[in-house]
Amino acid sequence: MAKLLEVSGLKAYYGSTQALFDVNLALDQGGVITLLGANGAGKSTTLRAICGMVRTGGSIRLDGQPIGGKATEDIVRLGVGHVPEGRGTFARLTVDENLRVATHARRDKAAVERDRDMVLEYFPILKERLTQQAGTLSGGEQQMLAISRALMLGPRLMLLDEPSFGLAPLIVQEIFRIMRRINSEARVSMLLVEQNAALALDLADHAYVLETGRVVLSGEAAVVKSDAAIRKSYLGY
Amino acid sequence: MEQLIQQIASGLANGAIYASLALALVMIFVSTDHINFAQGEMAMFSAYLCWQVMQWGLNFWIALPLVALGSFLAGVAIQRMILQPLHNAPVLSVVVVFIGLLTIFHSLAGGIWSFTIKEFPSPFPKVAFAGSGYLGSHQVGMILVTLLLLFGLYAFFRFTPLGLAMRAAAQNPGSARLVGVRVDWMLALGWGLAAVVGAVAGTMVAPVVYLEPNMMASILLYGFAGALVGGISSPGGAVAGGFIVGVLENLIAYFGNLLEKTSGIYVIGNGEKLSVALVIVIIVLTLKPDGLFGQVSIKRV
Repeated sequence: MAKLLEVSGLKAYYGSTQALFDVNLALDQGGVITLLGANGAGKSTTLRAICGMVRTGGSIRLDGQPIGGKATEDIVRLGVGHVPEGRGTFARLTVDENLRVATHARRDKAAVERDRDMVLEYFPILKERLTQQAGTLSGGEQQMLAISRALMLGPRLMLLDEPSFGLAPLIVQEIFRIMRRINSEARVSMLLVEQNAALALDLADHAYVLETGRVVLSGEAAVVKSDAAIRKSYLGY
Repeated sequence: MEQLIQQIASGLANGAIYASLALALVMIFVSTDHINFAQGEMAMFSAYLCWQVMQWGLNFWIALPLVALGSFLAGVAIQRMILQPLHNAPVLSVVVVFIGLLTIFHSLAGGIWSFTIKEFPSPFPKVAFAGSGYLGSHQVGMILVTLLLLFGLYAFFRFTPLGLAMRAAAQNPGSARLVGVRVDWMLALGWGLAAVVGAVAGTMVAPVVYLEPNMMASILLYGFAGALVGGISSPGGAVAGGFIVGVLENLIAYFGNLLEKTSGIYVIGNGEKLSVALVIVIIVLTLKPDGLFGQVSIKRV
């Protein structure tokens, strides 16, 4: 099957500090992969590197086309929806405006309408909040809004940075249930960064474990999940 | 009483100009955190251009859109060519650039058109209308044109996808990039629009203060006062602040004169208008640093 995303020899730098060393990843069309590892291992940096938000070296290909070195907004317009760490919703815009701003560059009006209906069907609570300032939403609702906003780009690939962060377990379950549907129904491939390894391994088909900016282990999610030694030494549960 | 109403009315007319300048300042401030000190000189230069085009024989209402378009392009060009390369520079470098722009426009205007005062004809027909005892036809026209411009801008930011993208870029540039907004171009567009607002304000006020390179200096100060009083982070607040400052300066002079007439003691009058405006700014900033309508956004985390 064709690779949607292929990352090889990826390096990333914050100023003169190197944060990623030779990271290799591959994501199949329609697949879900997860990046696991401790704080500071370089998980978020990998997502930011793919989106052109940090200086990078190595090769990043989307559908075979190199996207390394492109501007963030151009990469996004190629169909990459990044749900950033801390959600990044526009606090002083309404929920409706948050959703609409993601479609400002889209010309396929009919598809935009369909995506909007889909998003509001996934997260019906947002329908009740449309005219409310995004800053007044609860944490869970903001995460739902951030995912919805990325979906309104009509993405092929979603980069999700710790969607469970700071949320109550029930809300997290709800969000992961919807993410599974987004993957299977809307055919959006996903690259998921998570602290909650058990949850991420349930959703993903392939897992990569990062340590100090390097991939130290990769394998099928089911295998990683069932291997007690891996769990103990890398995932801490 | 008659006189009081008249003072308030003409305060609103001046306030319309201050409000425009305040809005131009805020539009750039909200997206870059910089106060464009050259905003007034840019407006002055636009007014000169308009005068020049009219000298060539064109009607004001044809000249104004042409000059607005030219100012827009110049604003975009200034941002792209001068400020964009400085986006990581320390704030003082940017301030120096603004002062440089101010001097350049000032000298250019003086060099091209000389420093002698020129008359700028009012574009509005002298018609009598209800309430004309309080306001001249130019003042009414000035208020109407400004309000039209403000409503136009409001509609643009509120109802168009591009306006929404600009607001998103100003609020959170990082997130805006992640939804595909070309943030750098949005900043340039903001500069262009601010230049247009300045151009309209400049041409509207030119018949009142006459055309000369220093014409906008005190007006920019009033505009700045308005922006601070209303809240430098809030476009609507800045507009309200501009009107408030316009009315206040007239009221203060009016009551000062009244006091002098009744008691014979001179406390305050026309000469102290500008100082009073600045005192108001200091009081507001001390008591309510966000301005009267500054945004206190509600946030739940």
